Amino acid sequence: MATATKKKLVQWDPADVKAQLLEKYPAKVARKRAKQIMINEALSNTTPEISANVRTIPGIITMRGCTYAGCKGVIMGPTRDIVNLVHGPIGCSFYAWLTRRNQTDAGPDGENYMNYCFSTDMQDSDIIFGGEKKLTAAIQEAYDLFHPRSIAIFATCPVGLIGDDIHTVAKRMKEKFGDCNVYAFSCEGYKGVSQSAGHHIANNQVFRHIVGENDVPKEGKYKINLLGEYNIGGDGFEIDRIFKKCGITNIATFSGNSTYDQFASAHQADLNAVMCHRSINYVADMLETKYGIPWIKVNFIGANATAKSLRKIAQYFGDQELIDRVEEVIAEEMPAVEAAQAEVRPRTEGKTAMMFVGGSRAHHYQELFNEMGMKTISAGYEFAHRDDYEGRQVIPTLEVDADSRNIEEIHVEPDSTRFRPRKSEAEMKKLEKDGYQFKQYDGLIPDMEKNTLVIDDLNQYEAEKLVELMKPDIFCAGIKEKFSIQKLGVPMKQLHSYDSGGPYAGFKGAVNFYQEIDRLVNSKVWRYMKAPWQENPQLSASYQWE
Amino acid sequence: MLLRHTPKEITERTALTINPAKTCQPIGAMYAALGIHGCLPHSHGSQGCCAYHRSTLTRHYKEPISAATSSFTEGASVFGGQANMLQAIDNIFTVYDPEVIAIHTTCLSETIGDDLKQIKTKAEKEGKIPAGKTVIGANTPSYVGSHVTGFSSMVKSMAMLAEPTGKKNGKVNVIPGWVEPCDMEELKRLMNLMGVKFIMFPDTSGVLNGPLSGEFNMFPEGGTTIAELKSTGDSIGTLALGEWCSADGARWLDAKKKVPCSVLDMPFGLKATDRFIDALRTIAGVSIPEQVSLERGQLVDMISDMHQYLYHKKVALVGDPDQLISMTEFLVSLDMCPVHIVTGTPGKKFEERIREITRDVPYPVHVKAAGDMFLLHQWIKNEPVDLLIGNTYCKYIARDEDIPYVRWGFPILDRQGHQYFPTVAYKGGLRLLEKILGVLMDRQDRDATEQRFELVM
Repeated sequence: MATATKKKLVQWDPADVKAQLLEKYPAKVARKRAKQIMINEALSNTTPEISANVRTIPGIITMRGCTYAGCKGVIMGPTRDIVNLVHGPIGCSFYAWLTRRNQTDAGPDGENYMNYCFSTDMQDSDIIFGGEKKLTAAIQEAYDLFHPRSIAIFATCPVGLIGDDIHTVAKRMKEKFGDCNVYAFSCEGYKGVSQSAGHHIANNQVFRHIVGENDVPKEGKYKINLLGEYNIGGDGFEIDRIFKKCGITNIATFSGNSTYDQFASAHQADLNAVMCHRSINYVADMLETKYGIPWIKVNFIGANATAKSLRKIAQYFGDQELIDRVEEVIAEEMPAVEAAQAEVRPRTEGKTAMMFVGGSRAHHYQELFNEMGMKTISAGYEFAHRDDYEGRQVIPTLEVDADSRNIEEIHVEPDSTRFRPRKSEAEMKKLEKDGYQFKQYDGLIPDMEKNTLVIDDLNQYEAEKLVELMKPDIFCAGIKEKFSIQKLGVPMKQLHSYDSGGPYAGFKGAVNFYQEIDRLVNSKVWRYMKAPWQENPQLSASYQWE
Repeated sequence: MLLRHTPKEITERTALTINPAKTCQPIGAMYAALGIHGCLPHSHGSQGCCAYHRSTLTRHYKEPISAATSSFTEGASVFGGQANMLQAIDNIFTVYDPEVIAIHTTCLSETIGDDLKQIKTKAEKEGKIPAGKTVIGANTPSYVGSHVTGFSSMVKSMAMLAEPTGKKNGKVNVIPGWVEPCDMEELKRLMNLMGVKFIMFPDTSGVLNGPLSGEFNMFPEGGTTIAELKSTGDSIGTLALGEWCSADGARWLDAKKKVPCSVLDMPFGLKATDRFIDALRTIAGVSIPEQVSLERGQLVDMISDMHQYLYHKKVALVGDPDQLISMTEFLVSLDMCPVHIVTGTPGKKFEERIREITRDVPYPVHVKAAGDMFLLHQWIKNEPVDLLIGNTYCKYIARDEDIPYVRWGFPILDRQGHQYFPTVAYKGGLRLLEKILGVLMDRQDRDATEQRFELVM
């Protein structure tokens, strides 16, 4: 096995790559895409503007999904004790059935509906005469069968079009049952421009209907919520293991392996730690306004990032006991991480990666690649907004277009009895003076090198072109992109579902990831693509049998 | 327990579907369209539909699935999707340059009443469809039928390309139905062996079972060409395999283009394959080569060799109607006892056919069209079975109830082989038997006491 990786000589000029990506497009498409493809100038204080959260171009093979996918699939999907009932034709519920690898642990007897798929399976008569009756009956049947704590209803495209009033149906059923919270999400697939609108809709309804419902005190000295962590491949389990070891109590994860009660008790936490900024920042803001819980951006992808995030949490509580414990845990966990790093690094150092996923992973995973000595030469998000690229300071300048105007912004006021600032103004000031940042996310661009390419809503054509021109050693995206990239002879790692791997979060996750990427970029299989007779088609005249 | 909330007691449900045994029309249309050479399927609706279908097909085939979408926004949903589609057609031909765009609708575009024909005419008038290129379309509202219906609708749209010239081409049209690329390959091998000239459509072999060569070809070699589809109007007849997934296209050719059709069961198992081979022989006027009889004999041989492991074993099945009809017949022919049979696809005729096939089974038989896997699981809890056959989602039932389980159907997301090893015809029958025997005999080995553990079986 090769011990040192030969540095590949791939020369590319970012301006030339960009020009080639745009070359084939009709003029109108090229103009639009040009604004979504940015050559990183890596300026220290300000980044160039990138166009994001804008409409997908019809006919261009996008990676994006829909609002329903963002709401039901991403945010509510991993909640294990809520019956997630999809109101619509069968497909929407079928495709979101167990395909996201959200792991759950309800114990041997706990409530767990994750393995089930519920649908009203609307027929043409429901489209013509309305589906409210069927929805009402379906909720009743679900209640009678399972007696769940809660039933969530999700609208699919036709529901909004025919005007079924799912919220009234939900309200009526909630009142009728008395012991089951029923609420609905107007997450029709056509809303917004991507999954992102669905995250927002889910955030709103979870906050409106569940958060704050349980005031039975939750014990714990250092109580936090972990927002925007979905337990893909068991990431959340690893993070919880570390929290537990540090003595940090995680009241609620939004929403990996979560329960109704976790959401309902979330207002009791003293700090919100935000992992995926894009999908969940709305809840973080609302928890702060209504209950006085500050939020910070964390990242548990990457061992160094994990250590940094733990220290950030400890610094917030400011308790020496916790600060010391966190240092002990980091000291205990890091040797195994460093050993794994040292083991793979001779084979991964200097290799290059590209990643196009989500609204935070294309940023977070660069940490792990850095730890392996790998450089990210191009990255971008599938459904993020400008603040996820450029930092939250751009939020006041974001244009509200026709597509985002239709997504509800709920107005939140401080709770009359339960609003409680977690820190005095003086304490907050002191933390900030020491460089502590609340409510801040600097985005992906500042962390990427000069002359790398940042591309929003990358599509299949551009992906193929990028790989051809920049020849990365690994490409990361989702299942739809996986095999077209691998056909080109470049290993492809899914960073939505992790293929069948994970966890990749925390310390143990980092070790898993190093080994996984080492396996992928150094696999023998990429050498088998040409048969001997294709490599050397000339027939030899001196060929002999012996 | 994975499905820990499923009660044994069965209560009637009229509105709630749990663990469906079907999915929606558009994915079937997309799969069928991939069986046209040089075709880019296009989903006219919200982009989530297309993303979900591509993801599911990719997970099943472990191959790139290219398809485009009209990416409806709220505005398009109010004012109609015509502008999106016209723009899409333009972009697709400019950027990807396929031979064909095969458009299917979704519940969204159907509910707002977009008219595919009219949009296509407008695209033609505006010169958005380059000369020599083809655009076809199928209406596939998700709230009617199932994925099988969508497949059938796209197949019918393919048949509607037929342009009879008045001169017969001496070929037989064969509509293989929703089977794997390797199954289509196997059918072609048999027909070539028999010297039958044919046009098979759709044909996903060479499209969805491609090699790794360092090149990505969005439009691989395989697939039925437009020239072939046009020529179906000159064929001597059509064999449609499967009432649900293939008959509509064949009947249209019969009624509108005077190409006579026979609708057969899909050739899974001994008897259905016998009927298929015999029908081919008659319609094409060929005699059966020794090789085909040999393959049949091998299947019969294995059935007789292993009969003791199969006899009177109870089986639960879930899947699509055409596949289930042939599989149930195969199981009965093996002296096995299919006792619970569920499809999510609607159709009273399905229940009738299954009743007829299982009428001599010595146990009560439960059958339901428009049923779901929750019901199947409840039936199994009440009347346990020795074997479960169905798609990947069955693994949850199989594990909870500890039942030997053969993956067969769509989708298969967690095992390999379905793209490469056919289950149609006689050789496919051998493979099905091998798989069934494998799980049954593994179970016998697992459960045998040390005294009764056998070396030779």
